[in-house]
Amino acid sequence: MRRAVITGVGVVAPGGGSREEFWQRIVDGRPAIRRISRFDPEPFRSQIAAECDFDPAASGLTPREVRRTDRFVQLALVAADEAVADAELGGVDRDRLGVSLGTAVGSTIRLEDEYVVASDHGRNWVVDHRHALPFLYQSLVPSSGAAELATRFGAHGPAAVVSTGCTSGIDAIGHAYSLVQDDEADVVLAGASDAPISPITVACFDAIRATSPRNAEPTAASRPFDNDRQGFVLGEGAAFLVVEELGHARARGARIYCEVTGYAARANGYHMTGLRPDGFELGEAIADVLHQARLDPSDVGYISAHGSGTRQNDRHETAAYKRALGEAARKVPISSIKSVVGHSLGAIGSIEMAACALVLQRGLIPPTANLHTADPECDLDYTPLVAREAVVQHALSVGSGFGGFQSAMLFGKPAEES
Amino acid sequence: MSRAAVITGIGVVAPTGTGVDEHWRNSLAGISGIRPIDEFDVSALPVAVAGQVAGFDQTGWVEHRLIVQTDRWTWLALAAARLALDDAGLDPRKAPPLGLSVVTASGSGGNLFGQREIQALWSTGPRAVSAYQSIGWFYAASSGQISILHQLKGQCGVLVADGAGGIDAAWQARRILARGGDAVLVGGTEAPLSPYALACQSSQRTLSAGGDAATAYRPFAADATGGVPGEGGAMLVVEPRHRAYARGARVYAELAGAAATHDAYDPEEPAPDCRHLTRAIRQALDRARCGPDDVDVVFADGAGDRQLDRLEAAALGEVFGAGAVPVTVPKTMTGRLCSGAAPLDLGWAALALHHGVIPPSVNVAADPGYGLDLVVEPRPARLRRALVVARGSGGFNSAAVLAAASPEADR
Repeated sequence: MRRAVITGVGVVAPGGGSREEFWQRIVDGRPAIRRISRFDPEPFRSQIAAECDFDPAASGLTPREVRRTDRFVQLALVAADEAVADAELGGVDRDRLGVSLGTAVGSTIRLEDEYVVASDHGRNWVVDHRHALPFLYQSLVPSSGAAELATRFGAHGPAAVVSTGCTSGIDAIGHAYSLVQDDEADVVLAGASDAPISPITVACFDAIRATSPRNAEPTAASRPFDNDRQGFVLGEGAAFLVVEELGHARARGARIYCEVTGYAARANGYHMTGLRPDGFELGEAIADVLHQARLDPSDVGYISAHGSGTRQNDRHETAAYKRALGEAARKVPISSIKSVVGHSLGAIGSIEMAACALVLQRGLIPPTANLHTADPECDLDYTPLVAREAVVQHALSVGSGFGGFQSAMLFGKPAEES
Repeated sequence: MSRAAVITGIGVVAPTGTGVDEHWRNSLAGISGIRPIDEFDVSALPVAVAGQVAGFDQTGWVEHRLIVQTDRWTWLALAAARLALDDAGLDPRKAPPLGLSVVTASGSGGNLFGQREIQALWSTGPRAVSAYQSIGWFYAASSGQISILHQLKGQCGVLVADGAGGIDAAWQARRILARGGDAVLVGGTEAPLSPYALACQSSQRTLSAGGDAATAYRPFAADATGGVPGEGGAMLVVEPRHRAYARGARVYAELAGAAATHDAYDPEEPAPDCRHLTRAIRQALDRARCGPDDVDVVFADGAGDRQLDRLEAAALGEVFGAGAVPVTVPKTMTGRLCSGAAPLDLGWAALALHHGVIPPSVNVAADPGYGLDLVVEPRPARLRRALVVARGSGGFNSAAVLAAASPEADR
């Protein structure tokens, strides 16, 4: 099978509107979480979020793009701009350039905002579309985001949205990986974006008490693996990676961050939101990627955890690491950057893969912020509070989401040209 | 080991019927499921008719606990999934769960559910929002519920490419099988006929202005005025050929090739030419290792919009030559089902290959200017291969080639 490498990285994250600002933020372990500013959060249980300070027009989008698209598409376009520039993709064959965009909830802000207008604040059930923006179909069906990306970059290869909830960000890169492996594309703009900080999304997580109500201390609220954790903190953002066939990248002299060496997904078949404590299916996904990369558990030098900060998730994935890696699970540094940038649903998987690419390149592991006293059932090395220098050859990232979906991906340091 | 993937089960919940037998019977009889929308007042909307799944009773398909957690779109998917598994004679409880997958194409998610909860939030307040909003509305809800109900624990997925996504999902199923999967349930359904979902669709230039169920949607007609929406779709069981024959399954057809391209022209306007649609068709033929002469029927996208129809007719003319291959648009009986459309077309194509009959396009006579042999009556024919073309709003082009069942090794 053809091999795939990462040749460009772009990020728009809370507390960091570019790849380098994002990197600085996560290695500093400074949580970018605050009281919600997009709307008055007072009526809600959880009133905090990891918000991006993002101005689409100042970020280079055309007025037409801004008018036509939801914030999730705008974040995606700007992150992809940075990745494409980083990869210096100028002369590639556009017929062989694909797009794979992950998102969990798509244009949820615009769908809600326009509904409020068209329904007169929920007074009318049969709504009049003439009161709403003329681009509602683009908001209804999230593939409009992939169409915007394809158009902006002239990508005539396969384009699609991957929408598997909170594993979308890993699965979108996994989809790109298979397009390259199977010779359906040479280069794929792969990433994910979500902008879920809207009243309906905040309310729906309130209803199941999944998000943290630690409103008085926003920067201390996202505390994966900590004994005092109370749920995840909603975030927003986007990251894009340029996934490129190895020979193609070498032939054009591209700078290679790392190689994609494994991707696997499993479903727990158990519950839409519940996780079996044994971590069996996530463990299977991890074992599968190690098998694909022909690695032993002890070869893994860093794990970017799902680490959402809910009680059940952190125990579930700890069990999965022990199951899949055995004794090596106790030695490998693990961290959750959700402690800094929150949980941006489908986007976070790609943001975490971007972090893995940078960890491999830079030999520095970002910490888990706010981890002061670990849950006794979370007894591995989660790199608390302070970044750690380490030469990492192979980085593993995992995601776990509603629907029972569990995904794992491995990045490896680039092989020497032979 | 053969990498070929075959379709062994078809589960249909569509305006043409529920279950493959009723659906196929109505398709050959040309019975359309497009009718006036009468659930609520549509006088403010530009569309008055839609393809509807008449008399669908979710209580016969979905247990009560799940009904309250899910949207109609998921009820239709759960019903189609069960029908497909039954049709394939595949009992997932008797197979290793990590070898089984579900992949759906999903366009608009749980529309009615989402509208109800946003309405509750804005008219009553946060505490009125259902605990199930977080799992009922999002695009992965159907794949998740199907995976849990049937214990499909391999690689699952959800792809969105508007009306083209069903073909992308089917090809993803083949990728999963090529990487060692045992069986994939693949397809998609939609339920976009709730008030807000229809309002969202009203912004589409390609929506038909016609209010008469018999004339609103007439692809390739000289006086076509657009498409009409519809609900429903299909789920298919896809397995590696060697496994299907080894277990004595009935094989409808082989999923021989598929490809996707994007116009990347303008998210608001059709492309100026059919170059990338043509490329998708030719790539699908290449992957199926066949040429245009090996294809005996085309299931066209049939947008019903003059500009889009002209581009599709041009692409078919370029690949096959004018009038050289029979073309049909049976979705004239269902309306355009967004993500449900291509899975239903794949089902129709598989049934056509299996039975040796091309299902008709109804209510339409092709504009002779398009140079198409449009099939308007059921047409018996020896069919070796069928091409399915699907496009999505914003510039998505996908094409798939199905081949008649053959227990032989790879051709």
